[in-house]
Amino acid sequence: MNDMTRDRQPPAIERYNANERTNHWFVVIAFLLTAVSGLALFHPALFWLSALLGGGTWTRILHPFLGLVMAAAFAWLAATMWKFNKMEPRDWQWLRKSKDVVVNKHEESVTDVGRYNGGQKLMFITLVVCVAGLLLSGIVLWREYFSMYFAVGVVRFAAVVHGVCAFVLVCAIVIHIYAAFWVKGSIDAMTRGTVTPGWAWKHHRTWFREKIHATHPRTRPD
Amino acid sequence: MALQSLDIVRRSATTTASPNVRAPSTVGQVAKLIDTTKCIGCKACQVACSEWNELRDEIGTNVGAYQNPHDLTDQSWTLMRFAEYENPAKGGDLEWLIRKDGCMHCADPGCLKACPAPGAIVQYANGIVDFQEENCIGCGYCIAGCPFDVPRISKRDKKAYKCTLCSDRVAVGLEPACIKSCPTGALVWGTKEDMQEHAAERVEDLKSRGFEHAGLYDPPGVGGTHVMYVLHHADQPQIYNDLPADPQISPMVGLWKGAAKPIALAGIVLTALAGFFHYIRVGRNETHESDEEAAARETEKASHE
Repeated sequence: MNDMTRDRQPPAIERYNANERTNHWFVVIAFLLTAVSGLALFHPALFWLSALLGGGTWTRILHPFLGLVMAAAFAWLAATMWKFNKMEPRDWQWLRKSKDVVVNKHEESVTDVGRYNGGQKLMFITLVVCVAGLLLSGIVLWREYFSMYFAVGVVRFAAVVHGVCAFVLVCAIVIHIYAAFWVKGSIDAMTRGTVTPGWAWKHHRTWFREKIHATHPRTRPD
Repeated sequence: MALQSLDIVRRSATTTASPNVRAPSTVGQVAKLIDTTKCIGCKACQVACSEWNELRDEIGTNVGAYQNPHDLTDQSWTLMRFAEYENPAKGGDLEWLIRKDGCMHCADPGCLKACPAPGAIVQYANGIVDFQEENCIGCGYCIAGCPFDVPRISKRDKKAYKCTLCSDRVAVGLEPACIKSCPTGALVWGTKEDMQEHAAERVEDLKSRGFEHAGLYDPPGVGGTHVMYVLHHADQPQIYNDLPADPQISPMVGLWKGAAKPIALAGIVLTALAGFFHYIRVGRNETHESDEEAAARETEKASHE
């Protein structure tokens, strides 16, 4: 810390530790493979994506297993992030002012933001619901092992649920990726693990204060 | 197999035109008429199907009924279903209703609509709906799409199979194998028009013999079928081992493989474009030196508290 002060570099604040980052990027890889294979089967215009997994038949074979891997890895990630993503009154307040945030204006007027803002929490909840929906409907649709245990009406309903959840999930992830790029410094948080104090102060001020008080506890003898 | 002597009017998971220069209007629409009132349940058609298509189902177990095998399989593309019906209108008289089950070759095929593999299911200009197993990926969506519960995935190669209406025979001017084997004339083959006319005569005859609800089963919900039944009780097809009264492509399948596809694709593309143009119009949300200074002041304050 002292070295960094001497270099006039602001001390970095840890946002994601190595395990969290590994977990996140594992989910990313599993998601990309699952999404590519799923989209190939969803619309004929995207069937060419099946070539990336070794053809149509391999896509059909691999997609459900990839989905299971993604769901398991995401479940782990969601479990570690669950406690930070409960909606609170201040999150609804943030959402009411989010119009300004989206156009990069007056973000300083919404100061009470914890580790995640209202938008991020809604994203988290959306992802949890979609992955759960995809997992359950995907089991019903898995012809090789499970579909025969369900009535055809249930299989058809599962196909619609699977399609709707996948659509919402893919759109949500597109937003998630863009938002990470848009708010400069966020990608560093998930690759290097740290953010600058200014980033934390600007975007997550309450979390920033928790962090600095944790680093400089009030009970310090000085 | 791709039968180039037959014109293709529809091809699964294909957004461009199918090969159709040979003016499909010159091709007659074919149909198989199954007259359940003439069927004696001999199963010659099952044997003929097995012989011609080189299929050998496993020998099953006898459960005290004539129906054998118990269900359609990847090796049994046609099956006589036996129903013992006690007719309440005739004082509970027993009627043995025998229905040759198999693919109905719908004009609007649910299997083809649901199939995600380009060219795995085709519909020929003559009306035959055929699976092209070399393009089949084995997902089983055709099973979810079919209103008649016909396609079966093979345990051996995980591909979907069903009655081809002997498209290989029909392509060279022969009738399907089952037709050739029928000893009572319960199975008739010809153009769809001729079969409808023939059925009308049969229905008239049946009505004169006391079957007032006799009729032709050519369900309009799937655009009509290229396998049709003459039924003694056309008013209640479900008594023939659950032949659906009003089959149609399920609205769920219609949504999943209809409107949802272009809307979802457009939605994903628009979401990505919205992000791109947000960047172009609004730009990135950056942290400035003033933010770092404010953070440093607070940190300093906290460390002296």
